[in-house]
Amino acid sequence: MTPSQAINSALRKLPAWTVYIVCAVYVAWQFWQALNQLGPYQVEPINVLERAYGELGLKLLVLGLMVTPLRKWTGVNLIKFRRAIGVSAFFLVFAHFSVWVVLDVQTAERVWTEIVKRPYVTVGMMSFILLFPLALTSNNLSLRRLGPIRWRRLHKLTYPAAILGAVHYLWLVKGFQIEPIIYLVVILALIATRYVSFGGNRQTA
Amino acid sequence: LGAIGLAGAAHADTLEPNTLEEITSYNNYYEFGTGKGDPAANAHQLVTSPWSIKVDGLVDNPGEYSLGDLLDGLTVEERIYRFRCVEAWSMVVPWNGIELADILNKVGVQSGAKYVAFETVVQPENMIGVQRRVLDFPYVEGLRLDEATHPLTILATGIYGEPIANQNGAPIRLVVPWKYGFKSIKSIVRITLQENEPPTSWNKSNAREYGFYSNVNPNIDHPRWSQASERRIGGGLFAPRIDTQMFNGYDEVASLYEGMDLAEFY
Repeated sequence: MTPSQAINSALRKLPAWTVYIVCAVYVAWQFWQALNQLGPYQVEPINVLERAYGELGLKLLVLGLMVTPLRKWTGVNLIKFRRAIGVSAFFLVFAHFSVWVVLDVQTAERVWTEIVKRPYVTVGMMSFILLFPLALTSNNLSLRRLGPIRWRRLHKLTYPAAILGAVHYLWLVKGFQIEPIIYLVVILALIATRYVSFGGNRQTA
Repeated sequence: LGAIGLAGAAHADTLEPNTLEEITSYNNYYEFGTGKGDPAANAHQLVTSPWSIKVDGLVDNPGEYSLGDLLDGLTVEERIYRFRCVEAWSMVVPWNGIELADILNKVGVQSGAKYVAFETVVQPENMIGVQRRVLDFPYVEGLRLDEATHPLTILATGIYGEPIANQNGAPIRLVVPWKYGFKSIKSIVRITLQENEPPTSWNKSNAREYGFYSNVNPNIDHPRWSQASERRIGGGLFAPRIDTQMFNGYDEVASLYEGMDLAEFY
């Protein structure tokens, strides 16, 4: 058995809803720590919580984009988890947005001003809005109603959503920071694998 | 002692200092990393003894001063100041420090001098952020001479009566309470009196966002976020936002900027 086959057979035993459980536990655990100002939340819990949710949301978007190239190049098959990964990404971004609105910015007037006036908030909101139709159609009924071609076309909104999410991150940091750049480069590369042949002997999908 | 800036109705908020724990664990000191906890985690590597400060430019007594010599005979006071970060959070810090004017008197400012330039130490092997080139190091800052000699401006050597922690800018840092925190340069190794406005690090990095003056001003937003309100550190998960005050509540400095358009000189 090759390593990828071994991984695949191990993953077969893991139900897809494990992803939801892990993410829900993460959200609750971070919130609990923030509420009680434990660990990294000791001094300024609001900003740290906002960032923790946002970063995991972005990581899940990256993970979702990795599923296809990973299968193509290594044979490791995470397709069973992809819907749960995508829906979880939406929930993490939703949690990120909620912390920002309720705990950070605090008033509706300020929220609106920030969205309209601050480009990095605007692109973050655009990314969040693009995830709505994806989350709403992440069920078998929608897939049947839309048909696989239209459904797949719709779900390519993941690409701009992920790019905007990374731009949002890059735009909000001060000075030259490497982390958001890495996210953006990885996301662009993962999307490029869909459109560009990298000279491999496999067919591009 | 500590009462400066308390007078007047504009200072209705009681200046309850943050805890030492808060002050020493939530910092921006990019030489030690960009995370708020990075300075506390990494700044122990900073070598602060011996420490000398080069004083040069338009001064009567230039030279390489040891920290002890530079401060010898000068009075250390406690000053409880609001500290407002450009990122829209704030603290209240009980500094121990010396009026910068006293130090400048000691070295003898010559008549041609109009600005004071400051420089932070660079110890590349001890400063992980320097290796990552987040900014163009060494970190440099500057003040107009009248700002530098204003009685509110101090060089701090302590907090809560203890030597200042490395992550807060040991062994000596500037504190200008009516300006955004990044003006209050840390771990100073050089003070230069000069005729021209000196370059400043954040202005070099992004001139549109960070001006030379960088006075706390709720009416002039940072291009990427509002400066109208701030969050006082230490209020927990449900800390309310509070209104940011003009000059961070230190109205006595307003006369320094009379006749200047603060939207232009931000």
